Amino acid sequence: MSQVQVKVAPKKYDAVIVGSGAGGGMAAYVLAKAGLKVCLLEAGPDYDPAKNSAQLKNPWESPRRGASSKFRPFGEFDGCYWGWEIDGEPYTQTKGSDKFEWWRARMVGGRTNHWGRISLRFGPKDFKRRSIDGLGDDWPIGYEDVKPYYDKIDQLIGVYGTNEGLENDPDGIFLPPPKPRLHELMFKKAATGINIPVIPSRLSILTKKINDERGVCFYCGQCNRSCKVYGDFSSSSVLVKPAIMTGNVDLITGAMAREVITDREGKAVGISYVNKNDKQEYQINAKVVILGASTCETARLLLNSKSQKHPNGLANSSGVVGHYLHDSTGAAMGGVIPSLFGRKRYNEDGVGGMHVYTPWWLDNKKLDFPRGYHIEYWGGMSQPNYGFGMGMQGMNGKFQVNGVTKEEGGYGASLKEDVRFFYGANVGMGGRGEAVPDFKNHCKIDPDVVDKYGIPVLQFDCKNSEYEIKQAKHMKETFREIMHEMGAVITWGDQDNASNNYGLSNPGNIIHEAGTVRMGNDKKTSALNAWGQAHDCNNLFCVDGSVFTSQADKNITWTILALSMRTSEYILDQLKKQNI
Amino acid sequence: MDRRNSIKALFFTSFSASVLMAMAKDPKTTIALDEDRMQEEKDYLAKIKAGPKFFDVHEMSTIKVLADIIMPKDKVSGSATDAKVPDFIEFIVKDMPEHQVPVRGGLKWLDRHSTNKHNKQFVACTPAEQIGIVNEIAYPKKAKPEVSQGVNFFNKMRDLVTTGFYTSEIGVKDLGYMGNVPNQWNGVPADVLKQYGLAYTDKENKECISY
Repeated sequence: MSQVQVKVAPKKYDAVIVGSGAGGGMAAYVLAKAGLKVCLLEAGPDYDPAKNSAQLKNPWESPRRGASSKFRPFGEFDGCYWGWEIDGEPYTQTKGSDKFEWWRARMVGGRTNHWGRISLRFGPKDFKRRSIDGLGDDWPIGYEDVKPYYDKIDQLIGVYGTNEGLENDPDGIFLPPPKPRLHELMFKKAATGINIPVIPSRLSILTKKINDERGVCFYCGQCNRSCKVYGDFSSSSVLVKPAIMTGNVDLITGAMAREVITDREGKAVGISYVNKNDKQEYQINAKVVILGASTCETARLLLNSKSQKHPNGLANSSGVVGHYLHDSTGAAMGGVIPSLFGRKRYNEDGVGGMHVYTPWWLDNKKLDFPRGYHIEYWGGMSQPNYGFGMGMQGMNGKFQVNGVTKEEGGYGASLKEDVRFFYGANVGMGGRGEAVPDFKNHCKIDPDVVDKYGIPVLQFDCKNSEYEIKQAKHMKETFREIMHEMGAVITWGDQDNASNNYGLSNPGNIIHEAGTVRMGNDKKTSALNAWGQAHDCNNLFCVDGSVFTSQADKNITWTILALSMRTSEYILDQLKKQNI
Repeated sequence: MDRRNSIKALFFTSFSASVLMAMAKDPKTTIALDEDRMQEEKDYLAKIKAGPKFFDVHEMSTIKVLADIIMPKDKVSGSATDAKVPDFIEFIVKDMPEHQVPVRGGLKWLDRHSTNKHNKQFVACTPAEQIGIVNEIAYPKKAKPEVSQGVNFFNKMRDLVTTGFYTSEIGVKDLGYMGNVPNQWNGVPADVLKQYGLAYTDKENKECISY
């Protein structure tokens, strides 16, 4: 009978990083540039947007015309491998809870290859929510601690936008934004007419050249496919690639981390992982262990890393690891603008996201819910993909086509005319808001189930609260007002009510999950200190969404990047001082 | 300039008109989509392509007739069969099995209905007879209750044919979609702004990128 041997890599690294997304990629970049020897473990395969992107492909080049599949839930051309499910890697739910929808990307750069590039700084209030409304907890740091890193990130990575002097949507160092599109001008006119602000969006897309390593956006509207000229931010192109070019990074792909190995004193020694190609176990030893596997995978790793010194899982003497799991809230509505029927054709692609948006504009003290949301807008003459033109019978009887009343349904040359007539008149809007973190919302290790690598999987238990439900109700009321003001006819998203939580998305569905290894000053109620360093293990750090004490009415990526840079510089400092 | 090189050129230049023109006139040879697919995706696609056809000869000839009724050749563009929509439908029912029973069952329903009416299967009817049957099921509000399943079937066929047509090369051209090509977005064209009584503010003109 052969023994399973864990092959320990002979090289001892300064740092081993699990995950090559925003957090892991930034840590690799900072540490490698500083001369440290880094091992970067990535569960997925290699990915380079320049080589692998499906950018500029036509719908007919895909046999399913761009439709989604389980491999690519956001569409055939989308630049993300896997998503809601991964073959051989299940996760489970707790009965009686909301369904937690867990997104997992598996590739170098992770989900930053296909994301929306919405790059919003947290504001000063976002770090101190408990002080404001008594709910959740304050971060152990404030905006002043993170601002220098936001400034560095803005310049290193590039983000377009404008300085609007908003208290909680701070000014930054912006490249010029693109001009609004037609439907965005209409949203702007309608919303500002009812005192809802609409300002240029802030997306990490290069409207101007910032260095020789990256090209400039050429407005194909396909950021989600990842960009062949590196015109937008993906960790793969902007962080991992330059990190590797320093010569200081060993990138190991197909590496499914199983456990953080600790010694008898409880200090982190390295990572044990399963090599997906030969199915063998390997171990990487390093002075510092950095986890950036994404919020829930990082928590899973810690919980699966039990030892005598860490009986509850690594970094978990507080018992909070896996808990306080939260996601952005989400609700949406859409319809058509009849004045856009029969519209003139021109290239309206723009960037792969909105050119304008609405930052949170109200005072929660005057509302029946505690936290805010921003509004995203979409619409226009986009590239047809699978699903385009379906449901014509719902449109061509409701509106006159070129001045002629038609019987709904039909076929033939008349139907072709209908499709052309209605093209480009669809609009939609979605809210993305802050949920209140709750200890009860959590993921934990399922006691019964393992994945195909033999690693115990996560079981989720999350429920939207009244705070989030009331916020979704407000979103719907707001959207209805804006649509009405625009002269739009609502065709979906208007039938929600209390019985379906006003169309509030399931937790996890917005894919901004955070909070499972949260920062705090009190080791009894947090897992990490203000530097992202584990209270229980001083050479263990987390750099992804797991560290977030709260979420904000803003996507978390820009803050993940800033905090990862800050934590990495702290690691450099501590190594130099020989404190870790 | 082939696509690989022109994309590379975009990388290094901040916009040269000649590069943009080269990309706009790009030849159709492209990297096959399955160059960047995970092995699992490639295996899945290979399995579909290797398997037997779903529709038999009779079903496929019925689909072709229906498709060209739904999207015929007109002044602007060719027909659904010109756009290879039947091939798309053959693929999509294997990729999305939920379409199989409704389409197969609907085709059978259609033949039974046609036989009851004209003693012939649908493909064997004259064009006028075929249109007569289609007219019974193409208008949900006007259709008789006893053909409601036929209405449902025709809705599905209309959906599949329309989407298959307008995502084909012929269909995208028909639609007039002008994107998917490198360009410099300089805002809504002036005549369109005028048409809608909209304008950029001084702030937008100052702050937004212009070319």
